[in-house]
Amino acid sequence: MGAMAASLTHDIIQGPPPPIDTGWGGGGDGSEGRGADRRATFTGLFVGLAACTMLFAALTSAFVVRRGLSDMNDWVSISKPPILFWNTGILVLSSILLDRSRRALKSGARSRFNLWWSAATVLGILFLAGQAVAWYQLKQAGIFISTNPSSSFFYVFTASHAAHVLGGVTALVYVDVQALRLRLGPAKRTVIDVTAVFWHFLDGLWLFLMLLFYVWG
Amino acid sequence: MASPSTHTAHHAPQGFIWKYVFSLDHKVIGIQYYFLGLFSVFLGMSLSLLMRFHMVYPNVAVKWFATLWPAAAAGGIMTPELYLSLMTMHGTIMVFFVLTTVPQSGFGNYFLPIQIGAEDMAFPVLNMMSFWTTFLALVVMVMAFFVQGGAPISGWTAYPPLSGAGPLTGPGEGLGQSLWILSIAIFCGASLMGAINFIATTVDLRCKGMSLMRMPLTCWTWLVTAILALLGFAVLLAAGVLLLLDRLAGTSFFLPSGMFINDHIIANHKGGSPLLWQHLFWFFGHPEVYIAILPGMGVTSQLLSTFSRKPVFGYKAMVYAILSIGFLGFLVWGHHMFMSGMNPYSAMAFSVLTMCIGVPSAIKTFNWIGTLWGGKIHFTTAMLFALGFVSLFVTGGVSGIFLGQPALDLYFHDTYFVVGHFHMIMGVAAIFGMFAGTFYWFPKMFGKMMNETLGKIHFYCTFIGVYCIFTPMHYVGLAGNPRRYADFTNVAYLAKLMPLHVFMTYAAFFTAAAQLIFIINLFWSIWKGPKAPPNPWNATTLEWTVPSPPPFDNFGGVHPVVYRGAYEYSVPGAPTDFTMQTEPPPAAAGD
Repeated sequence: MGAMAASLTHDIIQGPPPPIDTGWGGGGDGSEGRGADRRATFTGLFVGLAACTMLFAALTSAFVVRRGLSDMNDWVSISKPPILFWNTGILVLSSILLDRSRRALKSGARSRFNLWWSAATVLGILFLAGQAVAWYQLKQAGIFISTNPSSSFFYVFTASHAAHVLGGVTALVYVDVQALRLRLGPAKRTVIDVTAVFWHFLDGLWLFLMLLFYVWG
Repeated sequence: MASPSTHTAHHAPQGFIWKYVFSLDHKVIGIQYYFLGLFSVFLGMSLSLLMRFHMVYPNVAVKWFATLWPAAAAGGIMTPELYLSLMTMHGTIMVFFVLTTVPQSGFGNYFLPIQIGAEDMAFPVLNMMSFWTTFLALVVMVMAFFVQGGAPISGWTAYPPLSGAGPLTGPGEGLGQSLWILSIAIFCGASLMGAINFIATTVDLRCKGMSLMRMPLTCWTWLVTAILALLGFAVLLAAGVLLLLDRLAGTSFFLPSGMFINDHIIANHKGGSPLLWQHLFWFFGHPEVYIAILPGMGVTSQLLSTFSRKPVFGYKAMVYAILSIGFLGFLVWGHHMFMSGMNPYSAMAFSVLTMCIGVPSAIKTFNWIGTLWGGKIHFTTAMLFALGFVSLFVTGGVSGIFLGQPALDLYFHDTYFVVGHFHMIMGVAAIFGMFAGTFYWFPKMFGKMMNETLGKIHFYCTFIGVYCIFTPMHYVGLAGNPRRYADFTNVAYLAKLMPLHVFMTYAAFFTAAAQLIFIINLFWSIWKGPKAPPNPWNATTLEWTVPSPPPFDNFGGVHPVVYRGAYEYSVPGAPTDFTMQTEPPPAAAGD
């Protein structure tokens, strides 16, 4: 019985314990210092982006299923306001400026960083304003959320995206205020990077939504 | 062995509000979640007692029913709609605010950072927000009882059209149902915040030497549960938003045309698909079962090893089983929808995948038995509950094999067989995991020991009680007893089953009464229990290296270093039958 029990136990009881390994995935090598904070913040960001992706994936799958189910001809593609293309351009430009801004910071050009970041922030706010105009134009054309499934999904997608953009703009404004008040020390680099990655994600997401609206919507 | 700290997550708070209410300390937040769950479980249990009473004595007038529900229980007799609202709220409160909250957010919050050697969770402010958002969700959910029409009647799964078509469909389907959806959406937000924190903490804040394969299995289950919550709750949130819009904004995502409800033609909806809701809901709903049960599996593995003084048998196999269960959990949602008229080939695919989950589940069960085999078993209360978990997991799991067959499920689906099945595995097994965790970690959390005698009385009463409640449900289900019915006393073919229902009701009241023993033990021990030493169970993981309760930054300003796996019990040649994870290997001891 004893021998059998021994054979059933885990192999760690045989021989000396293995040497310390630093683990996989970045942890396990100590949680001291800002390095761990920065690493964890990025992990948190990417995990959060996974959650956002799942949210929009769920809405997209609902969109695809609902579109396919419309055997009663209740899906009538709405005519989308042309301002959406302007908004798309504004958002893409904002992403490009944000990237230039980060490059400027890397090369130590603080004033150029401030300029580009502020410009990207203004464009972000302009995008939201542009989306509001698009909704207003739809309303004027008599297209509301309950008009037909195409308009329902248009409003749901754009509003969900705008809610995320609002969060992004808040972060952009925060960094901008800190930058303009000369409070952007090395400790704030993580905030800058996280904000920029999130903003690029929202940009990519919007391009996907435009594709969805114009190909299937 | 340990290095001095150069960094603290945040400073110790001053003042009552910041220390105990809006605390950023993961330990306080863990306890807040625990008590939120404790309140919820008693609320949910009370609702189930009212249901069981009504089921067997539907015509007995109870005066205070009329006081509580003047319209829905006029004269002291419940209406069927009131019964359905109790059922809805029982399921919802238990699933979301107990089974999702306590094992993961309660124990996980308290012990994940300590077990991996971190000072706190990765994002303490997010953690605090996560708790208070959950609290808000509970408040909104409970508010549904007090609005006109009362709580919703559409069950915890809230299937449309019933949940989407508004007050016409019955009392509770007005503001009550809207509050229900709102509460669930808020809860989704809270769970997503929690999941982000758990994943980032586990991935990035492990102390030196704590490789993934040295983590206690509890940490593995919390990690995988967080991943499931992250992917599942995002989908439920999307579904909830769409359902709310169907109710409030006149859209037709889930509501079809041609509905005729309570003598009214519903003309303002068309083209929506109730099945779309079912797909989205169960894409979340099935992983939710594992969100509830996985942490219990982790606690059970930890306790079986500790109290049989043996390493966990097949640690790596356990880890891969946890990962497999998590992965497969996302591929089987269709087995909740065999009745929906799905293509038989789809049903077969879902059925085969469902059977596949039996493999990692069996690996876990056999490894638990392997862990016990030949061990020096200490039958503490915590250990008894862990053994009870294994028993209930097997009993509940085996009936799942029946339900995973589409042909059998067509018969079983709307019977008490399903109620018996999911209560055994998702409800009671998970609750036993919580009890096990409570008795095991109470000394660390509160610095006091619980009373073992009261604990054992409570265990035996509860263990016998739950089997008496839920085993007969399988039998009455086999006999064709439908579920979700408020009253079947007048149904001729069920008359012979009524004595069993009466027995189940008495068993339910007995089991509920036994929980008072637990409450007395819990609060008496917090107040007057004997002081707990740092390591009362001679366990090996990091939480037992620090005082009970741990200091604010967990490790008193030093960073622990881990040299070995989590379950080194009875190591040949070692001076004691447990070797702490922080114990350096003999060669390094002199360094």
